Amino acid sequence: MVTYDSVRVSAPHRSSALSRLVQSRNALGLAFMLPASALLLVFLTYPLGLGVWLGFTDTRVGRPGIFIGAENYRFLWDDSVFWLSVFNTLLYTVTASILKFALGLWLALILNENLPFKSFFRAIVLLPWVVPTVLSAIAFWWIYDAQFSILSWGLQELGLIEGRINFLGDPENARASVIAANVWRGIPFVAITLLAGLQTISPSLYEAATLDGATSWQRFRFVTLPLLTPIIAIVMTFSVLFTFTDFQLIYVLTRGGPVNATHLMATLSFQRGISGGNLGEGAAIAVAMIPFLLAAILFSYFGLQRRKWQQGGGD
Amino acid sequence: MDFSRRDVIKTTAGLAAGALGASALGRSAFAQDGLKYQPEEGATLRLLRWSPFVQGDEDQWLANTQRFTEATGIQVRVDKESWEDIRPKAAVAANVGSGPDLMFVWFDDPHQYPDKLHDVTELGDYLGNKYGGWYEGPKSYATRDGKFVGLPLATIGNAIVYRDSWVKEAGFSEFPKDTAGFLELAKALQGTGHPVGFTHGHGVGDGNNYAHWLLWSHGGKMVDEAGNVAINSPETLKAIEYAMELYKTFIPGTESWLDVNNNRAFLAGELSVIANGISAYNTAKINKDNDPKLTEIAKDIRTTNLPVGPAGQSAELFQVTTAVIFDYTPYPNAAKEYLRFMFEEPQMPDWITSSAGYCCQTLKAYADNPVWTADPNNAAYAKASETLRPNGYAGPLGYASAATMADYVLVDMFAKAVTGQATPQEAMEEAEKRANRYYRV
Repeated sequence: MVTYDSVRVSAPHRSSALSRLVQSRNALGLAFMLPASALLLVFLTYPLGLGVWLGFTDTRVGRPGIFIGAENYRFLWDDSVFWLSVFNTLLYTVTASILKFALGLWLALILNENLPFKSFFRAIVLLPWVVPTVLSAIAFWWIYDAQFSILSWGLQELGLIEGRINFLGDPENARASVIAANVWRGIPFVAITLLAGLQTISPSLYEAATLDGATSWQRFRFVTLPLLTPIIAIVMTFSVLFTFTDFQLIYVLTRGGPVNATHLMATLSFQRGISGGNLGEGAAIAVAMIPFLLAAILFSYFGLQRRKWQQGGGD
Repeated sequence: MDFSRRDVIKTTAGLAAGALGASALGRSAFAQDGLKYQPEEGATLRLLRWSPFVQGDEDQWLANTQRFTEATGIQVRVDKESWEDIRPKAAVAANVGSGPDLMFVWFDDPHQYPDKLHDVTELGDYLGNKYGGWYEGPKSYATRDGKFVGLPLATIGNAIVYRDSWVKEAGFSEFPKDTAGFLELAKALQGTGHPVGFTHGHGVGDGNNYAHWLLWSHGGKMVDEAGNVAINSPETLKAIEYAMELYKTFIPGTESWLDVNNNRAFLAGELSVIANGISAYNTAKINKDNDPKLTEIAKDIRTTNLPVGPAGQSAELFQVTTAVIFDYTPYPNAAKEYLRFMFEEPQMPDWITSSAGYCCQTLKAYADNPVWTADPNNAAYAKASETLRPNGYAGPLGYASAATMADYVLVDMFAKAVTGQATPQEAMEEAEKRANRYYRV
């Protein structure tokens, strides 16, 4: 009898503790966030933290390092190759991103029109993005070859140039060549994403604008662009990040040559950290990329996504 | 994480040491019938090697491994990676303390993590005594403080590969033996429309081979015996000036070349002279697709050693590879027994023969391998192990020498000057500054 009673008494007691826990929004929220945050901690925060820490040590391959403060950064500060790679990275990112945006938007606008074989063209456009980077890089390596370039050959056959073009040997040519290859590869991502954005714009807005007598440029400027800005902000943030951290293309095409004219921070970081065995310095170069990346992200989030800007106004 | 990783390494090292002690007791007599290791119970091995440049190398290595498995019952898995990916893979294996039991590594790798490698001094001494001794160059890459941290496996030689008829056409009855004559030949070949070409780009093998030959043939050196940077010297200046003269005769675009470009252009008949491993000749000789043009080229190809410069002796870098056993392996005795078996007769001579001149022996007793006389073009590669000069000459091998080469300091110095981006003096001073970053400690 006593046990029966105690069970009867304690049963609702226990269930209420459990149900309170289940019904508590905070506790439940925490529980649901746990897997995601564990993933973030293990796979993002920890490696990032380790990378930052390595940048402050003299760790080498096969030997744990000791804390040396900012010495890696001081050494990089005096290193002309590092500054060259910073310059190259900025040039590469800015030029390639602008080109990718302009050409991508153009392509998206064309694909948004009523073309025959529309879905076929849309599929074709995606190809450069679908091909693995290393494969397309090898294709470009042949296109840019000092001796067997099809471009040089074609132009020679047409009688337009005398000698072969030194695509990857001349510093300026080499930079232009790797940027062109990167643009070719990056356009589909921009174009298809912007196309998706374009299709969310209601046709009635264009009809209204047309009725008001807007020219096609005015329709683009005052209807399309403002409504597309949020997606432009996202797509360009990603595009800038991908370009800034590009590695495979350079590694296949030039390995940073000629005389480091195409070395990006990512490739230099690999060269010093892994090939050269200087993990600490390699990490420091990689960490030096973070401020630039943060700046790009902040610009996108606080700049491009601002309502006023989107509506064409100033601050 | 760091802590636990080190613990793991410590533990595995302890296990390995224990296993070593146990087997030392049970080993059959060393002095009587040669050295033999008693493999651990249930041992299996995994070897990570570089992808072969000639197919015969891989086939024979696997056949030899098969013999080992038949003799001992130990399964050996042989994996391969592109040769440039070996260094990062080895670095990660050494750092993390897990991965393949054995690995073929390149250049200074054994000096980057000697304490992560299993000591094979006993085996190295045994093989050296039995087979006429090791060549000094390859041995220096595999030994540290007098101890073997790996076994010198092979030297991949590099030599002049040229088109005999074009050299004759340019008015040279034989290939010049010195740098001055070589410059004349290059000028003459440019005149006849068959230019020469050497890699000034970031080609790990060819770029470094050429740059080091330029420097050393003129008596320059990156560092002195004590490891102080000594690149800023009149000899270096002479080497740069020579490189600039030679570059003027090159086919355009060599500053963008990676390792493959010179072979490709040479075999397409665009070039008269390149410096390369024997693979360039072998590709033409084997002629997979039976291309009649390539047959003609193969008949016309001759090889010879690179010309000797003002320094008066031939000194080249070459590509040196070392077989190492990682200390974390649970089967160090099986691994040592495997290496012993593979380095002994008849396995090693068979392998050298099948490598068709690509892999030069590191043990002197194997120097009379028939492969070196099988084709007159193989002879230029026969003495690679004997004549090679270690990276970072005349200083010690280690982090600094490896990092300086990986950063292309020397390659860039020459490339910068020959392309006119800097005066010889400026290029040299920049190289000095860059090298000093690595040799600071």
